[in-house]
Amino acid sequence: MSPKLVVIGNGMAAGRVLEHLTDDAPEAYQITVFGAEPRVNYNRILLSPVLSGEKTFDEIVTHDDAWYAARSIDLLKGKEIVAIDRAAKTVQAKDGSVTPYDKLLVATGSLPFIVPVPGKDLPGVVAYRDLDDVNTMLAAAQHGGSAVVVGGGLLGLEAAAGLKMRGMDVTVLHLMPTLMERQLDPAAGHLLKKAMEARGIRVITKANTHAIVGDGKVEAVRLDDGTEIPADIVVMAVGIRPNSGLAKAAGLEVGRGLKVDDHMVTSDPDVLAVGECAEHRGQCYGLVAPLFEMAKVVAAQLNGDTSAAYTGSVTSTKLKVTGVDLFSAGDFAEGEDREEIVLRDAARGIYKRLVLQDDRIIGAVMYGETADGGWFLDLLRKATCIADMRDTLIFGQGYVGGAALDPMAAVAALPDEAEICGCNGVCKGKITSTITAKGLTTLDGVRAHTKASASCGSCTGLVEQLMSLTLGDQFNRAAVQPMCACTELGHDDVRRLIIAKDLKTIPAVMQELEWKTSCGCAKCRPALNYYLLAAWPGEYVDDNQSRFINERVHANIQKDGTYSVVPRMWGGITNPRELRAIADVADKFAIPTVKVTGGQRIDLLGVKKQDLPAVWADLNAAGMVSGHAYGKALRTVKTCVGTDWCRFGTQDSTGLGIRIEKFMWGSWTPAKVKMAVSGCPRNCAEATCKDVGVICVDSGYDIHFAGAAGLDIKGTEVLTHVDTEDEALAVIVALTQLYREQARYLERIYKWTKRVGIESIRAAVVDDLERRQALFDRFVYSQKFAQVDPWAERVAGAEAHEFRPMAHFEPREAAE
Amino acid sequence: MTAYTPHDWIDVGAVEDVPLRGARVVHTASGDIAVFRTGEGKIFALRDRCPHKNGPLSQGIVHDDGVTCPLHNWVIDLATGQARGADVGCTGVIPVRAERGRIHLGVAALAGRVA
Repeated sequence: MSPKLVVIGNGMAAGRVLEHLTDDAPEAYQITVFGAEPRVNYNRILLSPVLSGEKTFDEIVTHDDAWYAARSIDLLKGKEIVAIDRAAKTVQAKDGSVTPYDKLLVATGSLPFIVPVPGKDLPGVVAYRDLDDVNTMLAAAQHGGSAVVVGGGLLGLEAAAGLKMRGMDVTVLHLMPTLMERQLDPAAGHLLKKAMEARGIRVITKANTHAIVGDGKVEAVRLDDGTEIPADIVVMAVGIRPNSGLAKAAGLEVGRGLKVDDHMVTSDPDVLAVGECAEHRGQCYGLVAPLFEMAKVVAAQLNGDTSAAYTGSVTSTKLKVTGVDLFSAGDFAEGEDREEIVLRDAARGIYKRLVLQDDRIIGAVMYGETADGGWFLDLLRKATCIADMRDTLIFGQGYVGGAALDPMAAVAALPDEAEICGCNGVCKGKITSTITAKGLTTLDGVRAHTKASASCGSCTGLVEQLMSLTLGDQFNRAAVQPMCACTELGHDDVRRLIIAKDLKTIPAVMQELEWKTSCGCAKCRPALNYYLLAAWPGEYVDDNQSRFINERVHANIQKDGTYSVVPRMWGGITNPRELRAIADVADKFAIPTVKVTGGQRIDLLGVKKQDLPAVWADLNAAGMVSGHAYGKALRTVKTCVGTDWCRFGTQDSTGLGIRIEKFMWGSWTPAKVKMAVSGCPRNCAEATCKDVGVICVDSGYDIHFAGAAGLDIKGTEVLTHVDTEDEALAVIVALTQLYREQARYLERIYKWTKRVGIESIRAAVVDDLERRQALFDRFVYSQKFAQVDPWAERVAGAEAHEFRPMAHFEPREAAE
Repeated sequence: MTAYTPHDWIDVGAVEDVPLRGARVVHTASGDIAVFRTGEGKIFALRDRCPHKNGPLSQGIVHDDGVTCPLHNWVIDLATGQARGADVGCTGVIPVRAERGRIHLGVAALAGRVA
């Protein structure tokens, strides 16, 4: 029987230890992991992109349930350890259960520091530490309103940028005169403040929080000078402290953190510690790179390699606010024996400062252009003498030797031991040798095997350049299919960047994302129009000229240039009045073909373009609206007659179909969406080949999705079962909104599902009720601007030019 | 309705009548003409028929100096009337000019077809 290893904490440090340990010695321990959070392990440093909407939680999961299962690790989620009994060698959980260990690893991380002011316990005061905090912030941001972030450090600014992107009014309060004063000198701090203010974030420095005020919940923050700043939410991001209380109670030696030696062993030889809870040589770390270095040593120790030692880290900082490039490392306080080299380019917003001592770099601050950060850090760590390159040092690696190198040559010139990935401590040699040894050709492959660029991702460009260098033509960087010939970017990148860079018009997207054509093409323009519409409901002005003709004129173009018109028939139900109106319209405008569609409605084919507004006016007069048969939008909700008539019907399928259609019509989607509701498993509405289908059963509603019956034939997948009609609607709406937010333009639901995985969709709209509600709310908000009958608008005169020829010339001369 | 008069150029409407990155149709006895206005404000005119399957080019998406046919996505160059890319075909180019905010089409082209 192998010895028992118990790990307390399931954060990034613990995850990395487990990776090393199970890779190197899969059978060495029976491992039990206690995680206080009720979820799998995720990349905590990427919470900011989740907050800002640039990533989803699923994208930052590092180890899912399957990972633990495959390594026979017993992961106990949401189970907090409350005591360690070192004499008995056991740990006790909150629920009273006791687990024995042979070796114990303490990885309890850190706790946010909450400023001890009156009102700090009011509902609405949150820290910024884990996904729950992010979810609390997102919930607050749903309603707009104001946020106050206390703390202008790394986390505080990332939180502020994220909340701003989510539409809140944000104020940052910072005690010191300049932002991020521990990492930045005052000049760079000033540039940073300006950049935050340019984003619409209010920054108040030298702000001393006096109290948080509110009756039953947060209402405002009061400063020492009496100023009150209204707040619906207050984010405390003033710092962290090692979470070492548990260890202290167990009698382990604790200073600021749980003290460890160079082998990461605590004062008890069978107890090790790793990560932010540990104190090593008097230092506690709050950044990821040292954690990963420690994790390597811990795993080696546990595997019996007692020679492995941790000797401390030189850390560097990067701010993860998209559009703000900032890097700092080392020590940059001024001093007698110190010199500095400063480069300022105000026009380009660039500031670089190197602090030197004895011809060696001891500190580096870069703002606006940070590409050389890794190189400076490398020189700093190795204490390289820079006397020979001092003249051009500040211009970066490209200028060493006189002439500017292209970026590729700069990477080629790096020594094998140059660090490429700061988070994971991966050097160039490791990457190139792994590429060759494992025959890797994709970025994902390199990430999987070396971990380079797998954490914060800011070295991705460097890693790609290394791949190019190593593989030559074999490396196809465009493993991501570009949207079209106008750009190198794929759909997902474009969607992400639209939000991250706050791009709100098609020209802005093309400008910022460096489109190669002056005004796009017929592929990218409709896609961009949709992405902007989905990202900024109520704000983005639909660009008619970027819509395919069918959506521009709200009818379907036919092979002869005439159009077809399909009025909505809610759930496929009609009546004599509507049918008469349709018949009258067909007569009046000599419409040649009247056809019943597969979606339970009537298609009028062969309408002349100039007749469209008049046809719509007559249909409107009979109470009918556009059926969006032409749109990347909700088309029909097909139904059977359910309990109204059918002797087998189990639920009111017609009523539910109509309810769904009335709720969701008008919404633009990445591709067309067809739905159906069948009243019993006989499935007369053919719900199991639709984008979304409901099969009513005695006990409620089975919700299906991701079917297809076009180019591809595919039966649906079962998403979930719900008990009530309300829940069915909630799930379907949330599913559609997730699809609207994630899918690529023209990607049908079944293809999107295949790409992102059913599980991730189910997690979002079935398991996570808060997320479901948030998706639902976003859909409802966007519907405020979408549920306008386009026919009525055009009957009233909108886009009139579309339907009238510019001029008409009679062949008068020829006739005469 | 504007009457046809035998001048070199005939006025078919104001430049602003055509949306930027859009087109309008001019009906003539010899078939429709599509008048385009690009994102940069350049004016072009073509027979409103794609060389592929006669799709109405006026209904397409205008980008750069080209238009994508709404029926099967052929891209037609507005200046030459030639299909771009691998497709081969040509649409008649109508002489056009914009002066003092008005668009004029070349009569000869019209008359030739009308006669």
